[in-house]
Amino acid sequence: MAGAIQNREAFLNNIANNLGRDRLTTPVNRPTWKHNPQDEVLKGASQDDLVQVLTDHCEKIHTTVINTTKSNLGSTLNGAVQNYGGGPVVTWKDDRFAEWGLKELFTNEWAKQEIDYHEWDFNSASTNINYAEKANIGITISEYTLAESATVVMLSSKDHGRTVNFLPKTYIALVPKSSIVPRMTQAAKKLRERHLNGKSLPACINFISGPSNSADIELQLVVGVHGPFKATYIIIDDL
Amino acid sequence: MPMKIGNERFGERVEKGINNSFMRGAVAGAQDNIGARRLNAIEELGNWEEWRSHGEEIRQHVLEHLDYYLEQLSDNVAKRGGNVFFAETAEEANEYIKEVVQSKNAQKVVKSKSMVTEEINLNASLEEVGCQVIETDLGEYILQVDDHDPPSHIVAPALHKNKEQVRDVFTKKLGYKKSADPTELAWHAREMLRQDYLTADVGITGCNFAVAETGSFALVTNEGNADLVTSLPKTQITVMGMERLVPTFEELEVLVSMLTRSAVGQKLPSYVTVLTGPREELDVDGPEDFHLVIVDNGRSKILGTEFQSVLQCIRCAACVNACPVYRHVGGHSYGSIYSGPIGAVLSPLLGGYEDYKELPYASTLCGACSEVCPVKIPLHELLHKHRQVIVEKEGKAPVSEKLLMKAFGLGAASPTLYKWGSKIAPTAMNPFTSEDKITKGPGPLKAWTEVRDFPAPNKERFRDWFKNREKGGGTSWPEPSKTEKHF
Ligand code: SF4
Repeated sequence: MAGAIQNREAFLNNIANNLGRDRLTTPVNRPTWKHNPQDEVLKGASQDDLVQVLTDHCEKIHTTVINTTKSNLGSTLNGAVQNYGGGPVVTWKDDRFAEWGLKELFTNEWAKQEIDYHEWDFNSASTNINYAEKANIGITISEYTLAESATVVMLSSKDHGRTVNFLPKTYIALVPKSSIVPRMTQAAKKLRERHLNGKSLPACINFISGPSNSADIELQLVVGVHGPFKATYIIIDDL
Repeated sequence: MPMKIGNERFGERVEKGINNSFMRGAVAGAQDNIGARRLNAIEELGNWEEWRSHGEEIRQHVLEHLDYYLEQLSDNVAKRGGNVFFAETAEEANEYIKEVVQSKNAQKVVKSKSMVTEEINLNASLEEVGCQVIETDLGEYILQVDDHDPPSHIVAPALHKNKEQVRDVFTKKLGYKKSADPTELAWHAREMLRQDYLTADVGITGCNFAVAETGSFALVTNEGNADLVTSLPKTQITVMGMERLVPTFEELEVLVSMLTRSAVGQKLPSYVTVLTGPREELDVDGPEDFHLVIVDNGRSKILGTEFQSVLQCIRCAACVNACPVYRHVGGHSYGSIYSGPIGAVLSPLLGGYEDYKELPYASTLCGACSEVCPVKIPLHELLHKHRQVIVEKEGKAPVSEKLLMKAFGLGAASPTLYKWGSKIAPTAMNPFTSEDKITKGPGPLKAWTEVRDFPAPNKERFRDWFKNREKGGGTSWPEPSKTEKHF
């Protein structure tokens, strides 16, 4: 249902008035900008170059990077989970987990290891948030990954709870190597295209770079404020 | 906190600031620290002037077509099921937000840091109707727990407090029992606030940039507080200054990149969150109900005037971090939540000359602010324009520049400051130089040049100067003896 808009006409008329003209009634075309420095950053870098840039920057933002292949993903992820002290683990609901052969790990293998596991389920709304709040690890998948700033991009949906990225104590992002782009420029273009093609944007898009932190007390860095204390990216060679 | 802080006279505030030696050390340290990080970040990026020109052209285009983009934004927010309220004044904004909050019978509101909600004094108006309002940004939280101590910096609001003071506040107000270690303090705040996120009825945020084409808006934080504020409460209210928008995702990206580099020298902060409307139908988290409040509160009066460019501001505080006067007097001296050069330009425009006529004089007109501004606002020229307007209105300057410089502790006795300033923006001084001597300087220089001529600034750039100074390792005000070789 469309929302309400209140007080708009007088407000906008006043703006036009102050700008010394009538209201603009025909569409304003986005100008051809004179400057486009963003397109030059990491231009021409190969996928491997981008992995290197991403890896280097991860060090600066207190984030662990692990490279793996599709066939080794299960054992790599299991190792990362153990490294963070095991469960409870919460993940999105996403078909790619099965495609990457992780179902066995999530259910049987973790049951054996006594690692508690919850898959996001939109049918049981509050259970998810309660679980995520107690969870030790959240696991999600990056849609676009920005090499320059070591940023994973998370798109929300009924199966992709946004709080999986924030409430658990630590988080692990699965990063398909094919998702890596030079910087936010490319992700922004893709998201815009998606919108222009009539596919609606997710309600929440998270650009996440490492664990949460603050420097509000004497400018000293504290890692782990409202979100996770630690972060790991697992880069999956899917090319 | 309203925009105006306290009722002390300008001179009293300045004196207090100058006598607070911890604060002055903290400010100097912060300026050096953030300044160096910013320089690293923009040098690594390369092409910074090109970026600035791009930032400027985007912001100018938006301001020239502001009614169009706000119409587009509001249509798109409504299409996604969000409600939009246009508020001409602070009162209208507060009334609307109160109504929403009361219609939900809300008892508890969590908030992420936002200058515009400070400007309209939203917290007080919600508290009036019995709502508990909790600031979740660590710096803001500290100030709130300390009986609403005012912020002293746009990006680092609790900069003026040291960790022992924070510990004492937490001990007294929150029963905190641990040390003054920033990590322990922050983790305590985390624990306290977790419960608040989970039990709050309403989340309130500001808006770094809205995107007209999609009806989205972006929030930029390192702590992740804005994400919990916008994913747990059932109702979300976002308040934006009416000028804070861009046409599409492509411009959003550019300005976010420039904001975080200019503000703290980061490529991107830990969290950039782009939200569009309330949650989708089957989503489990995110608000069910979303309201966008677009605030004028004096901004439209600036449009079409010679001060219009100040609305290009993206609130990065780079100008604050570069300002020698801010360094000396601290944020509280400005008597406004907007401090530093941006505060000195903006506060008189939004709050009136009556309260803020001295602020345009809280500047050496050295031009350091204009040089660092990512969207190329000619801040020192706007300060100069303010002075012209004030003198025209009042027949005289409200404060003697000479006395003021003395009050700032930047007395004419030493030409060091003048040298420091003039190094920063040699070009800004050119109109006043003749044959390598300055004869009629602007601002404080005028006070000095009445007495004697000064050698004209050489062409060493601020960047070089800053680097040289960094190599020297000093964080304090440059002593003539230590810096002489660089001049
Ligand atoms: S005036 Fe420029 S430098 Fe100052 S806060 Fe605004 S954008 Fe940043």
